[in-house]
Amino acid sequence: MSLVQRIAALGRGTLELLGSLGRAGVFLLQSSLGIPSREGWYLWLRQMHFVGVMSLAIVLVSGVFIGMVLSLQGYTILVDFGAEEALGQMVALSLLRELAPVVAALLFAGRAGSALTAEIGLMKATEQLSSMEMIGVDPLRRIIAPRLWAGFVSLPLLTVGFSVVGIWGGYLVGVEWLGVFEGAYWSGMQGSVGFFDDVGNGLVKSLVFALVVTWIAVFQGYDLVPTSEGISRATTRTVVYSSLAVLGLDFVLTTLMFGELG
Amino acid sequence: MKRSKMMEFGVGLFMLAGILGLVFLGLRVSGLGSGISGDTFTLYADFANIGGLKPRSKVTLAGVQVGQVADVELDREWFEARVTLKLDADLEGQLPRDTTAAILTSGLLGEQYLGLSVGGDPDTLVDGDTIRDTQQALVLEELIQQFVSNMVRE
Repeated sequence: MSLVQRIAALGRGTLELLGSLGRAGVFLLQSSLGIPSREGWYLWLRQMHFVGVMSLAIVLVSGVFIGMVLSLQGYTILVDFGAEEALGQMVALSLLRELAPVVAALLFAGRAGSALTAEIGLMKATEQLSSMEMIGVDPLRRIIAPRLWAGFVSLPLLTVGFSVVGIWGGYLVGVEWLGVFEGAYWSGMQGSVGFFDDVGNGLVKSLVFALVVTWIAVFQGYDLVPTSEGISRATTRTVVYSSLAVLGLDFVLTTLMFGELG
Repeated sequence: MKRSKMMEFGVGLFMLAGILGLVFLGLRVSGLGSGISGDTFTLYADFANIGGLKPRSKVTLAGVQVGQVADVELDREWFEARVTLKLDADLEGQLPRDTTAAILTSGLLGEQYLGLSVGGDPDTLVDGDTIRDTQQALVLEELIQQFVSNMVRE
């Protein structure tokens, strides 16, 4: 009997998973499409302020430190080979291709994603969403859409900011402190970084991460069990799922983008 | 809903900073604006071995960058590497016909670039010409091999 029950549980789990994937897809389509009104523009602006501008501090500070550490570690290894001239190249490529999109997305999931889930979840738990439906306001367009679009736009901008301050942090440690020749730092970078290959692909990565992280955050808030325990679980799930999704997708995207470069 | 001017200003500044950051990445980091912009002319050079020379590698004359490598391909008749150079248009008709091209390395393990040195021929190179006198890249393994075989002979 227990075997039958186990198989039944497996089937139930699969159906639930498929159902929630389907709900999430329909949810994304319904809320991200639709023409924004003038009112919608202001709603979006407010979310941009909360999701983007307020995340700027943590992202920029982390960027400076990561650039500095990268430069310090890279220098101690490269100097053994007498190749410290390649420091700028190493710092810029690792930031643009990997670290900036991934770390910015992880920070974004922790800083903005969890807050979005908790906010929307509390709105659901206090039945604000159903009240909106009662008075004829579509919560998907009023609440969800501006948050989704704010996430899509702000994470790529944050990623660019992360790369810029990271490269500056690397410059600070490498050139100002450790004494790598300044011309070599910049020219090595310019010689090896391609605008479309490296900067462009990094931006594509951060666009994909923005879509995934915001989608997970908003959907977890919208789809949770409306209790205090449900909210706490959904917030945790947002951070866990988005981190895993970002790291997993990063590998897939890297294989597609840089895999054939030997 | 509060339509605060400060908030709008903050978001606008944020987007502006993002775009400026992208411009910085384009110009300063990937060097889109540097290198040779404007008019160029094309020269070719054949090498027995180009080592690590790649498209976008520098071409220098007396250490000053005067152009870049546009393309590297294999000559299927002679099995040599045919390098296409794009040089500053000001230099067209200025370089003597016996200019030599050598593949050099910046530092011991740095990137490879193409160094030109001028000769004394009164005739000059124009668009589409080929540099005859070339010096192939220094391959470290070959040097070590020569060194070791010399040691054995002694």
